[in-house]
Amino acid sequence: MKLAIVQNKPRKGDVAANVAELGAIFAQLAAEPEPYDLIVFPEAALTGYFLEGAVYELAFEASDLAQRIADVWRAAPGAARAPVDIALGFYENAGGTFYNAAMYVHVEGDRHRIEHVHRKMFLPTYGVFDEERFLSRGRRLQAFETRFGRMAFLICEDAWHAIMPTIAAIKGARTLIVPSASPGRGFSGPGELESVRHWRNILASYAVEHGVFVIYASLAGFEGGKGMTGSSMALDPFGETLATLPALGAHILRAEFDYSEIDVARARLPLLGDLGAVLPDLLYDDELFPNDAFRPMRLPAGAHGAPAVEIIR
Amino acid sequence: MTVAFPVIAAPRHRTPPLEIDAALATDWLAAFLYDELVGRRGITRAVLGLSGGVDSAVVAFLAARALGPENVHAIRMPYTSSSPDSLLDAQAVIDALGCRAHTIDITGAVDGYLQYEPDADGRRRGNIMARTRMLVLFDQSAKIGALPIGTGNKTERLMGYFTWHADDSPPLNPIGDLFKTQVWQIARHLGVPERIVAKAPSADLEANQTDESDLGITYLEADRILSLMLSGFADRKIVERGFSASDVSLVRRRVDGTHWKRHLPTTAMISNTAINEFYLRPVDF
Repeated sequence: MKLAIVQNKPRKGDVAANVAELGAIFAQLAAEPEPYDLIVFPEAALTGYFLEGAVYELAFEASDLAQRIADVWRAAPGAARAPVDIALGFYENAGGTFYNAAMYVHVEGDRHRIEHVHRKMFLPTYGVFDEERFLSRGRRLQAFETRFGRMAFLICEDAWHAIMPTIAAIKGARTLIVPSASPGRGFSGPGELESVRHWRNILASYAVEHGVFVIYASLAGFEGGKGMTGSSMALDPFGETLATLPALGAHILRAEFDYSEIDVARARLPLLGDLGAVLPDLLYDDELFPNDAFRPMRLPAGAHGAPAVEIIR
Repeated sequence: MTVAFPVIAAPRHRTPPLEIDAALATDWLAAFLYDELVGRRGITRAVLGLSGGVDSAVVAFLAARALGPENVHAIRMPYTSSSPDSLLDAQAVIDALGCRAHTIDITGAVDGYLQYEPDADGRRRGNIMARTRMLVLFDQSAKIGALPIGTGNKTERLMGYFTWHADDSPPLNPIGDLFKTQVWQIARHLGVPERIVAKAPSADLEANQTDESDLGITYLEADRILSLMLSGFADRKIVERGFSASDVSLVRRRVDGTHWKRHLPTTAMISNTAINEFYLRPVDF
């Protein structure tokens, strides 16, 4: 699977300019001799991240945006030859309810299909972040089918909770796509921002623990003094970073995934299989859900443990 | 039987580091200036007031790195009582960078007003000078199609040690989130002349003035306390870490007495479309 991660610097709120740039990016990618299979963009890739109240003016209806992206792809010189999948983060207007979302679109000839829309579940609302003031949170983490096997989206803070990639992997995701907009902070060094180091550490640990590929697509550029940290990266199922982009500036990362490596990685380190056996005992635990009204799983009286979870492969 | 296992002790307290990776921060701040000026506004020139002190020297170096020295207009704005050393130190920055330099004496403008207020005390006179310099920077920017760049550091912003709507007025400030001791680190990395980095910081609004005597605490001590305070440590926990109770209380008083200086004017709200209360748009929208 030939992958391009586009680390862009959108003009704040200027959708027309950013869509025009999308066309130029597609033209650049389509001009390369070997076609790309999957092109991934960051969170809020066509508007910029910090929008405050303007999010209500700039949110897209998912099917409209998919149509627009497919049209821009088809208009790119040389782009129509091969099918392509495009994943990107956007603000979604779902009939007057607003989400921080990501979509995965398959474009082939004059047809396109939305494979999945994920709505961000963990909306950071602390310090510099104010998402839940303006947005509703997603309620479900799904793995979805693509022509390259199952994948799952984790948008930014979604990926800061270790349980999210764990659930995605249990649901069969072989690729985690992490669109992000990460305002940089922490300059004590050495050599990289503390926030970038944190990303690198957690993504590598998810990749190696679950034996999955990880695609981290992160915005670049400054938004009102807050610099987005770029550093987009692709990681293999051994936890190794295949390539990382610079923190500053717009760039494209090119990588190739060989999905047979997942079998090798999981055979070497069968942690995901082990998890399937133990997870029910961890989850069927009254202490996890002290408030009876919200307990999603109930054990019959006297029951102990539960049958193993089947990991979707 | 006796054992003697080697003991490895963790430090008792892990305090937020004031040490900064100056190379990393420099690249970041130069990119900030370039993105904000050229990328977002299409403005290729910067104007800044060059005092001879370390803050404005660092900003001049950063702006030169972002825009090229030929696009940096350093304005020296002496008043008749300003120290001649300040002019010389500013000249050392201009010589080191090869940026554009202008000297505009503000004595006439300041005294033009003060002739009606001959009894104004030092503080009022200092504020008038600072606000006159602000007026010059904005007008010089308008004259050449540039943007004024601010030079206030985080320590003075937190201590309220600046003239409101004067030093803090330029629309961009690359060093406003750097403590003074971090500005020094970056200054040394950038090659700001050592004489400027090493000298006692002074607002130079009155003769023989120094910041640290005005503030009643050294920058190093203030920065360490501020760093803990802003990270959420209670005053008594800061004192437990070896700082004097009087220093902690001085810093706390300074910070808590000046929150208003770090905001726009307070506006009476009467609608549900009040600006910055309900009507919310980011600064770069």
